[in-house]
Amino acid sequence: MSERIGTLRELRAALDARQTSSVEIVGECLRRAEASQETIHAFVGLRAEAALREAEAADARRGRGEVRSPIDGLPIAIKDNMVQTGEPTHCASRILEGFISPYTSTAVEGLEQSGAIVIGRTNMDEFAMGSSTEHSVDGPTRNPWDPSRTPGGSSGGSAAAVAARIVPAALGSDTGGSIRQPASFCGVVGIKPTYGRVSRWGLVAFASSLDQIGAFAQTAADCAWVLEAIAGHDPRDSTSIPEPAPAYSGVLSGDLSGLRLGLPKEYFVAEGVDAGVLAAVRDAVAQLERAGAKTVEVSLPHARYAIATYYAIANAEASSNLARFDGVRYGHRAAGAKGLTEMYCRTRSEGFGAEVKRRILLGTYFLSAGYYDAYYRKAQQVRTLLRGDFEQAFMACDALVTPTSPEVAFRLGEKTSDLLTMYLSDIYTVSANLAGIPALSTPCGFVDGLPVGLQILGPALDEATPLRIADAFQRITDHHLACPGGAA
Amino acid sequence: MARINRSEVERVASLARLSLSEEEADRLVREFESFLGYIDTLQEIDTAGVVPTAHPISLPTPTRPDEPEAAMDADRAVANAPEAAASAFLVPKVIDTEAEG
Repeated sequence: MSERIGTLRELRAALDARQTSSVEIVGECLRRAEASQETIHAFVGLRAEAALREAEAADARRGRGEVRSPIDGLPIAIKDNMVQTGEPTHCASRILEGFISPYTSTAVEGLEQSGAIVIGRTNMDEFAMGSSTEHSVDGPTRNPWDPSRTPGGSSGGSAAAVAARIVPAALGSDTGGSIRQPASFCGVVGIKPTYGRVSRWGLVAFASSLDQIGAFAQTAADCAWVLEAIAGHDPRDSTSIPEPAPAYSGVLSGDLSGLRLGLPKEYFVAEGVDAGVLAAVRDAVAQLERAGAKTVEVSLPHARYAIATYYAIANAEASSNLARFDGVRYGHRAAGAKGLTEMYCRTRSEGFGAEVKRRILLGTYFLSAGYYDAYYRKAQQVRTLLRGDFEQAFMACDALVTPTSPEVAFRLGEKTSDLLTMYLSDIYTVSANLAGIPALSTPCGFVDGLPVGLQILGPALDEATPLRIADAFQRITDHHLACPGGAA
Repeated sequence: MARINRSEVERVASLARLSLSEEEADRLVREFESFLGYIDTLQEIDTAGVVPTAHPISLPTPTRPDEPEAAMDADRAVANAPEAAASAFLVPKVIDTEAEG
């Protein structure tokens, strides 16, 4: 295996010291990506030629002293649900096969303007619906720590690509934990910013009131660099936050003195969580205390209703968003249909996978006459109560810490037969989406050789505090430096 | 809470423009049962008078000056269509002549 890819900061330093070039780095990433396809399958498509051409341009810029940003000339991967002009995007679905985007998503435009180089698109659960990257028309991605296990999902390809040191960073999207849970399973850092912090324009919609684009990297400091490139107001997304995004790198002081960390008591009970995971998280909390943080117990009284609330809202919004895939404007169309309705039905039945169909059907049911109030409106009301829980908790603390997932990476096929068990693995992550608050996962230990993630949540608009905590944690621990055997 | 049966699943499938095989429909009845049983825990909570949340971050509806700007070229906009002609999407016959007849 070729040399493992370092962090964005290491690569930046090597470029600035003229020890390497963008062309060399990008070439190495592409070679590693191709070499790992059979074992890990992190990618659904690589843009080798374009990436190398862009790397040449970045090298030329650097030669002229025109460096656009800290990530100029550095490689990155994007999830297969954000579009880029002239490139395919199919959301790991048959229904979008062959789609070539006529425009670029705002997040990817941010990367381009910063000079970062997109080397390829990563695998995911179809339309981001899943927690294991098994629901992909291209086949599953495997966890670099143990190929018999899933990388988590739905942004499993992005997490696996960073964990296997194929790319230093990747974009993902997080609707109920789709960045944080795979970050936890793969032993990398993954951050979901505040809802509206990164524009959703050009992100294929799953659940519009929950979807948010975020970043994966080996370190919190690298995530800060990527966020700086993609965050900020976008007039093309009406839910985009008007305030300018902070300069995240500037707050990474390593100092936690005076910081109040809230431990939600509902999340620190033995029931439903792996004992080793809970021990690793408690250990991490003790280390944060030694670094100067004070802990305080808080309560999120509606926490146990989060999964039910989430799946009612997410499925309802998904059923509405996915109505656009009808065989008229893009993607797959069933052949030989006699009328329009038959064409719609056959196209959608052939084009969507089983999990997507199941969610569309549940969502349609929740929104249908007679059930709307009992399910959708009810869930929206409980969502208000959940938001209130967090507002209350943040009056007593600056950030919350919890496990990211109740368990370490599970085996491929282990949960596909029982959807409720699969859904319950999102227990700690969905609340941040329902409340719209920022949350990240950072590696905090191992159970049976598999990574454990520590989740850090901040109040709305405050990505800086979770990043500062994770960065401080990484200065006193080395869990984030561990990389899977195959990537060494 | 109303329980689900085969005809209910088929009604929802037709609303969603999905056709299901016998096997799929049977499996979905079981999955709906289990899932709705779980979602029903929400009914335990008293939400009388609680304002529903449609979006987590409250923002005023943004407005912008109503100024014309360049739109995507029509040929480019239909380039991904399974069937297109003269910058327009082509679809199968919309009106069923038999039903009309």
